[in-house]
Amino acid sequence: MTNATIIGLTVRNGLGTRRAVVLVLLPLVLVGMAGILRALVGVDRDATEGVVLGLGMTVVLPLVALICATSVLAAEVDDGSIVYLLAKPISRHVIVVSKYVVAVTATTLFTVLPIMLACAILTGEARPTVAYGVGSLLGAIVYCPIFLLLSAATRHAVATGLIYVLVWEGLLGGLLSGVRWLSVSAWAVGLAEGIAGDAGVTPSDVETVNPAYAIVAAAVVTVAAVWLAGDRLRSFRLTGEE
Amino acid sequence: MSELVLEQVSRWYHNVVAVNDVSMTIGPGVTGLLGPNGAGKSTLIAMMSGFLAPSSGTVTLDGTTVWRHEQLYRQIGLVPEREAAYDNLTGGQFVVANAELQGVPDPIAAATRAIATVEMQPAQDRKIATYSKGMRQRIKMASALVHDPAVLLLDEPFNGMDPRQRLHLIELLRRMGAEGRTVMFSSHILEEVEQVASHIEVMVAGRHAASGDFGEIRRLMTDRPNRYLIRTDDDRQLASLLIGDSSCRGVTLRSDDGLDVEAVDFGRFAVVLPQLASSAGIRLLEVKPTDESLESVFAYLVSS
Repeated sequence: MTNATIIGLTVRNGLGTRRAVVLVLLPLVLVGMAGILRALVGVDRDATEGVVLGLGMTVVLPLVALICATSVLAAEVDDGSIVYLLAKPISRHVIVVSKYVVAVTATTLFTVLPIMLACAILTGEARPTVAYGVGSLLGAIVYCPIFLLLSAATRHAVATGLIYVLVWEGLLGGLLSGVRWLSVSAWAVGLAEGIAGDAGVTPSDVETVNPAYAIVAAAVVTVAAVWLAGDRLRSFRLTGEE
Repeated sequence: MSELVLEQVSRWYHNVVAVNDVSMTIGPGVTGLLGPNGAGKSTLIAMMSGFLAPSSGTVTLDGTTVWRHEQLYRQIGLVPEREAAYDNLTGGQFVVANAELQGVPDPIAAATRAIATVEMQPAQDRKIATYSKGMRQRIKMASALVHDPAVLLLDEPFNGMDPRQRLHLIELLRRMGAEGRTVMFSSHILEEVEQVASHIEVMVAGRHAASGDFGEIRRLMTDRPNRYLIRTDDDRQLASLLIGDSSCRGVTLRSDDGLDVEAVDFGRFAVVLPQLASSAGIRLLEVKPTDESLESVFAYLVSS
């Protein structure tokens, strides 16, 4: 389902851009804040919640996934070089899955591992570290195809993705508790809390989604987004402005 | 031997018609798609290469609809107009990657062959970012040839090339056509098309204006009425002489000196004008064509 040449081209072309600076900066801020808070307040549940959930899984994770996914596809769509991949007898779904593998790998490297590191610094425990790592990985797995779909469907993928992250995942997710059933970051947190059990840092008065629901919802959205992104690429238009 | 067939193809964007009811068959050999900027050439090539769906009508390659049939790219090589390629790859790496994506049995051998065809061996180890426009064009060409396609589509391939590179590409396209490939390239420059194409399709304002070999198109263009501004030391007398000759259809005296002349037989007019002036002792001060622009040539083709 993947193509090694596309993966190689994507890694060389997509991630070697200026966006890489943001990719490195955001996780550095996350880990740096964890280090400072641990030094200042010691092991503290609120501090862990603020950094790992509030900053890591709600802000850094979707933003890095957005940067990675749009770098591997939207950049090529924008400059037209995608035509060299599309003018080939290769299934569009293979192209999308290959790019998906690169995006998820990069997001894992730049977000999931830093979130685990921040959690380890703040808690000093293995269980929550693994739990929030797994939760973040789920988030990476679902966010990337959503942003790949945006890259294939619109020429304004970054702006649209930002609005989605800030308004839906951030603003509405914080205001309306029902949004959690349709929020990727809520699924990621739900799975993490399910694994963390008593070591979880979400306040007890905040409801989280059931881990089983989170996994099923994540699987459905991932498969649907990958398929739709491939289908959109089959209908890719080279020209539109003459 | 492959054949691209367009049947009553139209393409519109909202309420703007880019291509209007075009039918044509592109067979083996080199076909030039000629037309001014904005005539719909790129839209047509995008539809032929499966990167745009016709709003109505069909585009088929050997009977198979091109749109959403990625397997047809085994037969098609496309050289897009946009320059963006994978800038941080070397030319060699780029062509090898294209060969791998095409699934050719020996990608490195195929890439070496294609790079040799476009004579880019000396620069193949340099990054594409360092290439000139002409070199980019050639490496794009190599990437399109790497799987030995039966159909080659090129959108404005001569843009930005210097004269030497232009000659080289002309020779290359001729060779491709002679090998029996179906080669189609677009251009807005008549002379380019004249030198390469055995067959010409002319597009103007989204419409298929003319079709034929170069001789036919050239005749259409030179036989059209030509307009001239002529200034003499006796405009009125020359006007009366010209209107009496069959090479002219109309003569108008300008208010600010000079004559507007519409000649219908260019060959005869070119001979007769100096003879008439000389015999009547009239001095010709200025003879200037006033509608030599390509657009006016195309406009005439559309109306004819």
